[in-house]
Amino acid sequence: MNTPKPSMSLTKPEAFDLTTKQRIYVAIGMIGLIILALATFNVTFPYRTIVLSIALLSISIGVVLFANDMYIKKLPGIKNDGVMFKSISSRGLWAWVSGLAFTGFYILLYFKATWLGLGTDGAENTGLVALFDPLSRLLNGGQASQWFVYGTLYTIAILVFGYKFLLKYRHNKYERLRTFSVMFFQLAFAFLIPEFMARLNSDSFSLPYYDLKNIWPLNYYNFEQYRVNSFIEAGDIGLALLIFGILSIFVITPILTFKYGKRWYCSWVCGCGGLAETAGDSFRHLSDKRQFAWKIERWVVHSVVVFVVLMTTAVVYSYLGDDSSKYWLTKNTFLIGVAALLTVVFAWVMIFKREQLAKDAQYGAIGYFVIILVLLAIHFFNGSNLFLFKAETLRQSYGFLIGAIFSGVIGTGFYPIFGNRVWCRFGCPMAAILGFQQRLFSRFRITTNGGQCISCGNCSTYCEMGIDVRAYAQKGENIVRSSCVGCGICSAVCPRGVLKLENDSLKGRINANEILLGNDVDLMDLVNEK
Amino acid sequence: MEHIVIIGNGISGVTLARHIRKLSGQPKGQAGKKITLVSAETDYFFSRTALMYIYMGHMTFEHTQPYENWFWEKNRIELKKGYVKKVETQSKTIHFAEGDTLQYDKLVIATGSKPNKFGWPGQDLEGVMGMYHKQDLDNLEKHAPNNNVCKHAVIVGGGLIGIELAEMLNSRNIPVTFLVREDSFWNGILPEGESQMINRHIKAHHIDLRLSTNLKEIKSDENGKVKSIIIEETGEEISCDVVGLTAGVTPNIDFLKDSEIETDIGVKVNRFLETNIPDVYAIGDCAEQQEPSGNRRPVEAVWYTGRMMGEVLAQTICGNRMPYNPGHWFNSAKFMDIEYQTYGWVFGEKGRPDYEQHFHWKHSDDTKCITVAYHKDTNEFLGINTFGIRLKHETFDKWLTEKRDVDYVISNLKDANFDPEFYARHEDEILAAYKRQSLLV
Repeated sequence: MNTPKPSMSLTKPEAFDLTTKQRIYVAIGMIGLIILALATFNVTFPYRTIVLSIALLSISIGVVLFANDMYIKKLPGIKNDGVMFKSISSRGLWAWVSGLAFTGFYILLYFKATWLGLGTDGAENTGLVALFDPLSRLLNGGQASQWFVYGTLYTIAILVFGYKFLLKYRHNKYERLRTFSVMFFQLAFAFLIPEFMARLNSDSFSLPYYDLKNIWPLNYYNFEQYRVNSFIEAGDIGLALLIFGILSIFVITPILTFKYGKRWYCSWVCGCGGLAETAGDSFRHLSDKRQFAWKIERWVVHSVVVFVVLMTTAVVYSYLGDDSSKYWLTKNTFLIGVAALLTVVFAWVMIFKREQLAKDAQYGAIGYFVIILVLLAIHFFNGSNLFLFKAETLRQSYGFLIGAIFSGVIGTGFYPIFGNRVWCRFGCPMAAILGFQQRLFSRFRITTNGGQCISCGNCSTYCEMGIDVRAYAQKGENIVRSSCVGCGICSAVCPRGVLKLENDSLKGRINANEILLGNDVDLMDLVNEK
Repeated sequence: MEHIVIIGNGISGVTLARHIRKLSGQPKGQAGKKITLVSAETDYFFSRTALMYIYMGHMTFEHTQPYENWFWEKNRIELKKGYVKKVETQSKTIHFAEGDTLQYDKLVIATGSKPNKFGWPGQDLEGVMGMYHKQDLDNLEKHAPNNNVCKHAVIVGGGLIGIELAEMLNSRNIPVTFLVREDSFWNGILPEGESQMINRHIKAHHIDLRLSTNLKEIKSDENGKVKSIIIEETGEEISCDVVGLTAGVTPNIDFLKDSEIETDIGVKVNRFLETNIPDVYAIGDCAEQQEPSGNRRPVEAVWYTGRMMGEVLAQTICGNRMPYNPGHWFNSAKFMDIEYQTYGWVFGEKGRPDYEQHFHWKHSDDTKCITVAYHKDTNEFLGINTFGIRLKHETFDKWLTEKRDVDYVISNLKDANFDPEFYARHEDEILAAYKRQSLLV
């Protein structure tokens, strides 16, 4: 169900082929990509500043002109014409080619940065990384790293595809504001501010590279020893950042999620979400809507949360001391604190919110809670290693499996195959925690408009999180799902104006009707009151 | 085990089947019923209203199926693919074109509609089609895959399916001439201001809209395929490769001709959706009410009413005999980029009751407007049409039940707004326009 037919055949409707103009714009963009590809294969360019400018500009101009040609001369409105016929957006040949190319790039980036030209042990950069040296010097004063290359391309992708998104949805103010927001947060918070902060670093002062809007557990490395040390050594500013990092998790995030749902983060601020919403927009319909996928999603994403909690606890534990006279936070106080916090959350859910959870969610929660407590207990009785594994082993496995493979290689590289929110849906521990908050105590929901749904399926098709929105809409049921990132596209594509994202009181969030408004009132009462 | 056979797996038949299954045969222990859904159109239920999006490439056919394929077996709803040729009510047997038969205890006819054909010469040529069935879509894909194969298309008949077909062809850059019999688009239903605004919107999409224009004949080429059409009024010949016939629909009940089931335009039913034959019922587009309720028409070829009839009949079939007594009228559609919703009754020029008076407001961008109908003597609010502004069904249902007056409705429009967050709001402007008009009258 819900898989487009890949258009590798020769008989696809030519009506949706690229026009000559569009081919030229693709070619302009390709010039930039070819320069970057040549640099990857270690071609050394002279006049790096100029060559880099040409490469980045031609990519941007290609996308902008293409977007103009696609949308500007048409009247504002939903423009999904031909999405299911185009090779790139229907798992056709181009989708596979670009998916493999992105994936290849990610693998190099994470595991073979030297192949991209990263100079190690003080050596000069070569190849692709060297090409970005001029820009890196301009911004942070140092030479580029592979992450700088990635950050620059990532930001450009969000900006230029953000422009395309703005044009495509120019009739929709919610979508416009949201896109300006992700473009701003990527450019300022994820890219420029950390680079400028790096510039402040000197021999006597050092802050770790910190994207302020990245919150634990998405930045699972935030409480590692080197970072915490570096924060503490940087004096007041560093301490403020460390405190901000902790407040973001326990105070800021729950309050904002209570008021607005997790969308304030996932589709207005987050960088992963930003890329998914802009560069990934052409692939949103590829998410799997089968019930089977939903079942897998719930287990996988919550297992990642458990994993990240264990891993972070182990890492923090590993560098704390035992002696309470030196520092108030000892190994034992920390562990007791973690256990107490988990118990409070678990107890609160089980006492007050139990009826809102499905049976398997309850079993899952109980299971995980027991596992964590058992592991903590083992520690108290046996001492040495926390959780049977070394903290560093845990951290490395998490960094490799989740940080690199899941969020990067599969999450982004496979946009054209699995859709644009695979990572957010199946892997992101942050999204899972926010989703937990959203499901249990948020004012956010998507409401449906009486009996006006015609079950057409546009909403479900274009839901990037794979939610079967139609299933709710045709029951007139509010959509209160932990995975919903509030992108608002279901509401935008609905031809009958049935869906609306709303922040309202907690009362009556969860409702369902067997019979919708418009029918005999007696019948509605009879059937719905049961 | 009682065997319920439903002919037709559209929204009416499927809603009925689902509700019968909910009411009977749940683990609670009532005697289960055997349910068989018969269709010649498709294997599984799909949402007909979404057919257009398949051609436009917004969705695949699979996306239009609201339930996954395992749903039917899990809910013990048997699916039978076959074309019903004949119904024998004496022996409670239905005969299929393929030669096999099926026995029923209760039979429900939910076969929907077929496109109207008014005896135009050439109306059965290759390349002439309606836009109602899955087969129509396949046919369109064959004759109009792109603007090389189909250089020009003609649509005959205004209305909702016509404009959807125009939008579909437009999405593949196929030039369209749109022949509309009325002097303004859909003005049998829409009041003047709205109809005019939609005329302009259609033209803004570069569709050649011809008002007050009738089809005289469709001409064939040497292979029996459509070549051109002739316009009645001017005799003008327009060459085309596809002709869409969208001048309304009629009940799809030819297979009942030789049966004892009483039919007129559709299958005649009483308020309980029962036909003249015991244990035979009809719902949806193909049912013709002998005593329609309120302002409703005898045959309601509307998706929503089909669904509601299915909901009601399930009660009757499961032992709680209940009349079809729908609540306040509502409907919706989309004209290219402009969404339309209606609640209560708003009549166009034709057939408008003497007491019905209108307040009309249109936004300066020419894509949003509302018309509020009220009783000129009592000021009672009768209904609203809205274009480009989403309104809340629940609120209007309540106001109609409470018989609010028009002043109240327009002063409280804010409460009924359903537009997405951050959208520009127009209630103040509407209220100001209403007050100006009230002063003038």
